[in-house]
Amino acid sequence: MNKIWLIIKREFLTRVRKRSFLVVTLLVPVAFAAMIIIPILMAIGGNESKRIAVIDKSGIFNNQLPDKRGVYFKYLPGANLDSLKRHYQAEDYSGILYIPDIDINRPAGLEYYSKGQVGISLETAINSDINNVIERKRMELEGIDKSKLDALRSNIAVEFKSGDDEKKGNSWVAYGVGYACGFTIYIVLLLFGTSVMRGVMEEKVNRIAEVMISSVKPFQLMMGKIVGIAAVGLLQFLIWGVLICAIYTIIPLFLSPESIQAASQGSMMAQGNHAEAAEAFRRVTDVVDSINWSLLLSCFTFYFLGGYLFYSSLFAAIGSLANEDASDVQQLTFPITVPIIIGIMIMMKAVHDPGSSLAVWGSIIPFTSPMVMMARLPYGVPGTVPYWQLALSFAFLIGGFIVNTWAAGKIYRTGILLYGKKVTLKEALKWVIK
Amino acid sequence: MNLLEVKHLKKHYATHKAVDDISFDIRQGSIFGLLGPNGAGKTTLLRMITGIFYPDEGSILLNGKPFDPQRDTPLIGYMPEERGLYKKMKVGEQTLYLARLKGLSEREATEKIKKWFDKFDINSWWNKRVDELSKGMQQKVQFISTIMHDPKLLILDEPFSGLDPINSNLIKQEIFNLAQQGTTIIFSTHRMEQVEEICDHIMLVNKGHKILDGSVKQIKQDFKQGLFRIGLGVVPNAAQMATYHFTIISIHENTVTVKMNEDSSTNDILLHFIHQNIPVTYFEEILPSINEVFITQVQQTEQAPVPTAAQQPA
Repeated sequence: MNKIWLIIKREFLTRVRKRSFLVVTLLVPVAFAAMIIIPILMAIGGNESKRIAVIDKSGIFNNQLPDKRGVYFKYLPGANLDSLKRHYQAEDYSGILYIPDIDINRPAGLEYYSKGQVGISLETAINSDINNVIERKRMELEGIDKSKLDALRSNIAVEFKSGDDEKKGNSWVAYGVGYACGFTIYIVLLLFGTSVMRGVMEEKVNRIAEVMISSVKPFQLMMGKIVGIAAVGLLQFLIWGVLICAIYTIIPLFLSPESIQAASQGSMMAQGNHAEAAEAFRRVTDVVDSINWSLLLSCFTFYFLGGYLFYSSLFAAIGSLANEDASDVQQLTFPITVPIIIGIMIMMKAVHDPGSSLAVWGSIIPFTSPMVMMARLPYGVPGTVPYWQLALSFAFLIGGFIVNTWAAGKIYRTGILLYGKKVTLKEALKWVIK
Repeated sequence: MNLLEVKHLKKHYATHKAVDDISFDIRQGSIFGLLGPNGAGKTTLLRMITGIFYPDEGSILLNGKPFDPQRDTPLIGYMPEERGLYKKMKVGEQTLYLARLKGLSEREATEKIKKWFDKFDINSWWNKRVDELSKGMQQKVQFISTIMHDPKLLILDEPFSGLDPINSNLIKQEIFNLAQQGTTIIFSTHRMEQVEEICDHIMLVNKGHKILDGSVKQIKQDFKQGLFRIGLGVVPNAAQMATYHFTIISIHENTVTVKMNEDSSTNDILLHFIHQNIPVTYFEEILPSINEVFITQVQQTEQAPVPTAAQQPA
């Protein structure tokens, strides 16, 4: 026991002390923060504002185009297009919107001039603004009351309730959370699995394996490595968790409350009025509350560790079959990576339809369960995932881990000391049965 | 007293018998040479003695008790032929780690490593990474990590390969020192001149079988062919050399090499020269080198296949 502890410690420390560990551990939350902050900054508009000169020969658009998100329209009714084209930049305009005297029923010939290519968002914004104005004008001409039309418009959402307690659920939130969890598990399996495999290969190719095995049992060496790398993974997730929480608490300190409010409501306000936005907001918070985060987090830890342990011993066994030629290993890893890839594919289906039989079986069979079950869990326990399915999935994963480790241990024991011979998978499986 | 007793050890692989019924004893404090051509089963034999492999049959007694790999690893130091260290680890950490795995406490291990590093004058390497060292330097580190826990049984597989003469000598001296202090050493090699120089006792294996086993002196006696080199005061003529007691192998000026006939004695040869009135300046027995014994024995076993070898697939 003392020896396996020494091995775990070495595997853990050599990895944690590497510079790459620090870089990855810090970069991920930074990337995460960037993913949150950048859209907010973009929504607020940042410092960069655009002044657009509008020459409106038709007189329809005067003061009708809304200023928003850093885009300001300046109406220059008497200006000459050709002369403005020459010095609009000097006057601090980023572009000229030219509207000829159009026929409201057949508008044509609207043009926009700028030095560089305009972004897709500005293009869409200007187009939709212009169309809104034209639609409104046409309604006026047809005698349709705008306020009446708005009152007739419908934008309700059915409340989807599930389970005996009729919990409200929003499948979009469940979808997002499920997808993120399933995908994270997939990355973990591949990343840490190959890390185990490379560690084993290194020991074999460096010939340290024989020295080690004269002091410790092969199984201790294998498990020490697997557990050591698992500890590295857990530490990484812990640091990420802490950093993400920290970033969440820090972000609001940098942004004024109004700007957050404005940013998060901005898009909704475009669709409807305040009441609807508030209603949508309430629904989201309801759903976020409806997800049992403590269950989800403990299940994530379980499937992260369980899935990793299930696959890592197989990766270790493959690593032990390696010779100096790394391309052999590529072939040998194929039978392990295929079920993982199948798992991610079922996961992608399962987030759309968590109750389908493919999703149910995928979340019970241990080869795919860590990914698929994590995709289903945010939809609710025991509503979407009954307790028996969760229990069965747990049991199979633990059982699978024990069987795999036992079998992998046998392959590893023989493989790690075998040199100069290319081992086929068939031979390796014979060692298990022997 | 025997430190190690190996009895009827067998290890069979799917296609061949790597070790087939080998028995031998090693006295405590002796240096035991394990010889054999490539693929003879030496490494498999050593791996069973170090507890890396379990024998299919037979028993190993260490210190008179059945060998238990779990309990007895601290008693054994093993340096495999293919050396190996963690390349990215620092020298000090690496040796400390290996010593801890042999059951030493951190303090004890540090003390012992410091002592050996002083002795080999490599204290400045402590914080160097293994892959910054030359191959010879790595060998030294490997040797220290094999002996730092004061094993009772030290197993060295080709310990001098890759070492320059100076370091070779350093390690050789250390092997003698350890043997004197009571460490029993198994020394596996192809290099016969080292065997004669270092080993008290040797065993020759081929194709998984023990071919011979004995002290170096005894083996030389057993395989001598009755050859003598005689220095003469004059260059003899053919008539003077004719006798029943020996046949001439070669004459070079006044040195003759003869093969004694079986029922004659050395004194018969000397008397012959005395009777011929030829002064004898020296008279010495030519003993076979271990190398010669090795080659003839291996060739003999190759020619006359041992029964089990016949069952091997081609």
